[in-house]
This record gives sequence, C-alpha cells and structure tokens, in this order.
Amino acid sequence: MQLDDLIAIAEKHKGSRKKIIVRTCMSAGCMSSQADVIKKNLETEARLQGLEADVEVRRVGCMGFCGQGPLVGVDQNGEHNLWEFVKPEDAPSIISALKGGACRVQRGDPKHPFFAKQMHIVRANGGIVDPERIEDYIAIGGYLALHHALTELQPAQVVEEVTKSGLRGRGDAGFPTGLKWGTVAKSPGAKKYIVCNGDEGDPGAFMDRSVLESDPHIVLEGMAIAAYAVGADQGYLYVRAEYPLAISRLQIAIKQAKQLGLLGAGIFESPFSFNVDIRIGAGAFVCGEETALMASVEGKRGTPRPRPPFPAESGLWGCPTLINNVETFANISAIINRGGDWYAGIGTEKSKGTKVFALTGKIKNNGLIEVPMGIPLRQIVEEMGGGAPDGRSIKSVQTGGPSGGCIPANYLDTPVDYESLTKLGSIMGSGGMVVMDDSTNMVEIAKFYMEFCMEESCGKCIPCRAGTVQMFNLLEKITRRQATARDLAKLEELCDMVKNTSLCGLGQTAPNPVISTLKFFRKEYEELLQPDPFGPAAGGAPLAPERVTK
Amino acid sequence: MAAKTLTIDGKLISAEEGATVLQTATEAGIKIPTLCHLAGVYDVGACRLCIVEITGVAKLLPACTTKVAEGMEIQTNSERLRKYRRLILELLFAERNHVCAVCVSNGHCELQTLAYSQGMEHVRYDYTFPKWGVDTTHRLFGMDHNRCVLCTRCVRVCWHIEGAGTKNVAGRGGKSKIITDLNQAWGDSVSCTECGKCVMACPTGALFQKGSTVGEMEHDRDKLEFITTAREKKQWVAAD
Repeated sequence: MQLDDLIAIAEKHKGSRKKIIVRTCMSAGCMSSQADVIKKNLETEARLQGLEADVEVRRVGCMGFCGQGPLVGVDQNGEHNLWEFVKPEDAPSIISALKGGACRVQRGDPKHPFFAKQMHIVRANGGIVDPERIEDYIAIGGYLALHHALTELQPAQVVEEVTKSGLRGRGDAGFPTGLKWGTVAKSPGAKKYIVCNGDEGDPGAFMDRSVLESDPHIVLEGMAIAAYAVGADQGYLYVRAEYPLAISRLQIAIKQAKQLGLLGAGIFESPFSFNVDIRIGAGAFVCGEETALMASVEGKRGTPRPRPPFPAESGLWGCPTLINNVETFANISAIINRGGDWYAGIGTEKSKGTKVFALTGKIKNNGLIEVPMGIPLRQIVEEMGGGAPDGRSIKSVQTGGPSGGCIPANYLDTPVDYESLTKLGSIMGSGGMVVMDDSTNMVEIAKFYMEFCMEESCGKCIPCRAGTVQMFNLLEKITRRQATARDLAKLEELCDMVKNTSLCGLGQTAPNPVISTLKFFRKEYEELLQPDPFGPAAGGAPLAPERVTK
Repeated sequence: MAAKTLTIDGKLISAEEGATVLQTATEAGIKIPTLCHLAGVYDVGACRLCIVEITGVAKLLPACTTKVAEGMEIQTNSERLRKYRRLILELLFAERNHVCAVCVSNGHCELQTLAYSQGMEHVRYDYTFPKWGVDTTHRLFGMDHNRCVLCTRCVRVCWHIEGAGTKNVAGRGGKSKIITDLNQAWGDSVSCTECGKCVMACPTGALFQKGSTVGEMEHDRDKLEFITTAREKKQWVAAD
C-alpha cells in the first residue's frame, strides 16, 4: 500500500457511486427500532420501483438526532433531506418521493439549531460513511493523515503538532494530550503500548459508542498515528461488552485495515508496524479508570492501583503505555491533516476544539451533539435541545455522570469548558449531559448516583467501599424522612473524607453529585429533615417519653 | 545509592533513594498507622490509613506506596489526617460484624489496636450487620468473613510468599469476599498447602487456627518477614 494505491481506491470508489444516496442510520439506537428492516425494505422498494441503477441504500452510523430516530437521510441533486421516525412500512413512500412528490414521513429540518450550532470534527463522518466499508472512509480522505505522519513527519513533530493543538483528554480529567504523548515518547523502553479507552460507563452517555459504531476507522487511524509518535507497535482497544455492535464493527474495521496494509507490519511500506487487538470489558464501571483498565487488559482483576507510577512510565506489563479515550484519538487525524494551529483556533483559551455531548433527560431534542468548546450551556439546552418538554422549565443540568455535578438553571450562561464547569463543582467528564426539569427531586438524583457508585465500587479501598454504602444509607434515610440535621452533618463529613482519601477517581469523585446538589439545592435536603430529639433545639437531651396513665 | 533529605513532621531525615515514606518514617521512629501493609509482601495502598500530607501535593498520598523525594515536607499526624483515620476505622467497624468480646483475636487484633490508638471511641454510623458465613471446612484453619477487613494480606502472602495462589478476591464493593480457589469450601481446596501463612498474616480474627477460643489467636508476623529476608537478602536472621 502506497499513497497512489490509497488514492486509486478512493477514486474507484467515488466513481462507482450512484446518483442518489439513501443513508439509513444503523447505530444501536435506530437499530433498536428496526433500522435493519427499514434498510432492507428501502433496498427492495428501490428495486421494485426500478431505481436500482440510481439509488444506493447505504448503511451509515449515527446522525445525532437520536430522539427522532430511526433516521433516513437522502442526498439527491446536491440537496440533503432527513426523514424522522421512519417505520419499515414507510419505505415505498420514501423511495417514490425520490421521483418527486410528497412523502408521508415526518421531514426533519437540517437547518434546525440542533444541527446548525454543531461543529463536526470527531463526528465528521458519522451518518455519512458506511462503518463496515473501509473504502467509504478512504474515499473521504481517510488514512491520509497517517500517510502524512509516517512519510513526512518525525515522531517528535507529530507530538509537537498535537501539543500545539491544545487538545486535552476527552475521557474525564482533561490532561493535555500532547504532554502525555511526549512523556510516553521520552520514557525509556523498547516495548511500548497504546490503549484506547472505550469503557464508556456513565449513565446517559453514548458518545464513544456512537463514534465506534459510526466511524471505527477514525479511531484506528488516531491510534496508529499515536503509536508512531510514541514508538509503540501494539495497541489495545478496550470496549465494554455492552457494546456488541461497536465490537463487531471494530473487528470488521481492523480486518479490512489489515488487508489493505493500513495496520499490521510495514504500514505504507515503511518500517513502522502497528497491531490493534480488541479487549472486551466484563461489566465493571471502574475499568474505565486507567490503572484498573490496564489490569483488566492484562487479564487480572480490574482494580485500580495507586499512581504514581503513571501509565506513561509503567503501564501494561510494566512498559510505558499511552492511554487515551476514544474521542481523543478521533481528533488526531483532523489535527494532523489541518494542523495544530487550526485546531487551537477553535474553542476557548484553555479548552480547545470541540466536545461531543450526549444530550438526554427532560429535553425536547435529545441526541448526540458536537459543539465548539466555550459554547454557553444555555445555547445547548435551550436552542439546540429546545428546552424541557410539556411546558416545564429546566431546573438543572447534570454533567460528568456519577463523577460530576448538577448545574442549576441560573448558571446556564456558563461557557462549557473544563475550567468553568470545575468551578461550579461539576466536571466536563466524558460528555454525558442529563437535563432535569422542575419536577425533579434533587435528593433522589444524588441518591441514584450514589447507588451507582456503591454498586460499581471495586472494594479495594475502604473509603470508597464502605463510605459509599454509608452515604447511600444516609441519603435513603433522608428521602424516607427519617433523618435529622445530625445525619446531614454526617453525610457531609463522609463526602469530604471519601473525596480526599479514596484510592482512585471513582471514590474521589463519588461524593460530587451530593456535594453539588447540597451546594445549590440544600433546601430540598433540609425540607426532608425531621426535628432532632437530641439536638440543640431539644436542649441536647433526649425527650422524656410521655407517661401513659390509665 | 543516593540519599534523599526530607522532613517528616518537622524532623529532618535522610532516606535511601527508592525507599517509601513509610519505611523512612518507621526507621526514624515516627509511627504511621497501617492496616493493609505487611512487612514481607508488596504494598497495595488500599486501607488509606497511612495517608500523609505532602506540601505542594493537593492529594493525600499513602505512605506505603509513595517514594521519597528530595526536599519533601511530610505531615503524618495533622488534625485532618487523624479525623480521616478515625472515620475510616468507624466505617470498617460498621461494615461487618466486629465484636471484640467474642473474637478469637481479642487483645491481639490490629483493628482493635488501631481503634484504641486513633481514638475511635464509638461508631456513629449505622451498623450494617451483614450475614457473612464462617468457613470451617479446612482441617486446620477457619475463616470468619464477618471479621474480614478485605486488606488482602492473606491473598498476597498466598500468591507471593507461598506461591500457592489459593486465596483470591471475588465480587466487588461491599460484597467483596475472600475466596479459596474458585469460590469453593476451603476444605475442598486442592491448591492449599496448609502452610498457614494467611492465618499469620491476618490482622483480625477472620483467619484463625481451629481450636482457639476468645483471645487465644495470636499471629506470628515475624516469620513472614523472616522468609522474605532469607530469600531476597540471603540473611537467615529474624526481623527485628
């Protein structure tokens, strides 16, 4: 495989394209509403209506507007149409509309703020390419960045470009990606590893799943460029077992890339070799934590270990290991193609580029959005999301999943970047964004997340293992209206202790939903409290039981 | 090996490069409370009792896994740390059924000693009273899961000193449990060599010799260190 071959594949594939492309979303969300049947019906109908020569019914990944799915997009004469809530029996209507005429299916508005405010880097090919055909990815310029890096850049120059871009880790913590790559590149060792963290586990988050299902090659290309930059020849893609579609598409993608010589030995006929293997998670949320993930890849029990040493010095089997999130890797090819300076021009001073969010909860338009960093939260929830349904008002936006916090409605003008969210006691997290309306009980929300952390604690360190249990019990006591002010004080004391003493990120952030709801919605807790029979109001002494005289 | 100079609790101390904060403090006569740490096996930093404050580091770090560095300023006994340690011990006592009065290790128990030394006088959190079983199927030893603190000392000595690999951890969170082989009865274990190192390593009365009654179970930890010293340094001397 050389550059000419790559271009030849792209040209050949472009040449064989038909006039009209009917794109059927076949991501997990739409698949659950019979997208596979819809695609089959569309193909049959195109044949029956004699349009077989002109119409290509293409399997594509997520188009983003998941709440309106199943979605079918039509590209005809340079125009783009979107059909929403498509049912299998709508196929004849959609196909006959290609010849002109009305269609009985609900028409989507591609100029809707939900789409217009977006900026696509990571999801540039989502909903356009067939995730199971590498030619589709190559036809839109795929693997050119890898070729450019391998043939024209030194590994240090690749690191330099990523550093210049200002990209920060999209998994959770927002660590500067270039700095991490530089550390791994400089760490001594003949054997190094690349790990892609696809163990997306936050409730309500489906960004990484969508990227892996819609455009697996963009992640593989990013990993290969990273491997070249740091000097690794083996990569692991850790995907949770709950994402079978992502796993099967990745398997297909890896196989196809290997067949074309874009993965494996001697990529682009250079001395650089890179293999990728998939590792499937076994259902533990904590395995999204990097040290636990690496233990799991090694075949051990998935528990975190203290850092330092960081994976960059001592990771998989003691070798320097670069571990990044799916979305981080998905940004790389664009940075190499268009330059770090271009990327650094997007976003705010300290948070560059775009971020994918899974917009869910009590909101009219839910789905997947990719927005430039620094966009006010209000624009996301009110303009793009369309506000709360049923005439209700938005009360709070939860970001960052069980590690994050609830941002109240009066802070909606906050720009979405790492620092601003942290200042409000929440975090950027991996991109879950759950909107809550005024009917939401914030104590119940805190309890929900605490139960999640309690169930997902690995049990290694005491503060997280036993602390989450006690915090959950106290929250339960409060919601049952059996708690006093003293219990609330105990809860706050535990929040502080668990946050500061836990071993890994799970425990250190487990109290965040409680801390942030206490900060902004303390009244809701206090309304549930009972008078304390031993408290100061009662003179600090137990109330004497009333004597019953007969 | 280069020496590092640092201060622990205001005391100027020189330490060997590569030593942990815990080793250095212990050598200097500064006592840091520990539970999962056991001389002779590697450290996991799990119990969080040995956490210390290091100037310039935002997070509290466990002394047992943190390596010394030049110019480190370490606090091991601040009011905040003492409070956190008491809370951790309270959580442990509330987590399972630790009833000293009927325990084989009463008077020789590290958990009990820690509670005394850290001033944990009572437990303010609700006891959870879980129903854990007792495994007495083994010929010589018993395991009472009600008294287990999940420090994994037994697992580590079983794998890394004895090399038998009998003990392991199953489940997660508060439902974690020490198991033998593939979660079988200890008596049915084919890999157990009956060496008793796990019983010696146990900080509480969770692992005990059969036949011992209240207060009779004493753990001989020096023997474990003796074995590792002999193996690694070829010195056949008892640890001091």
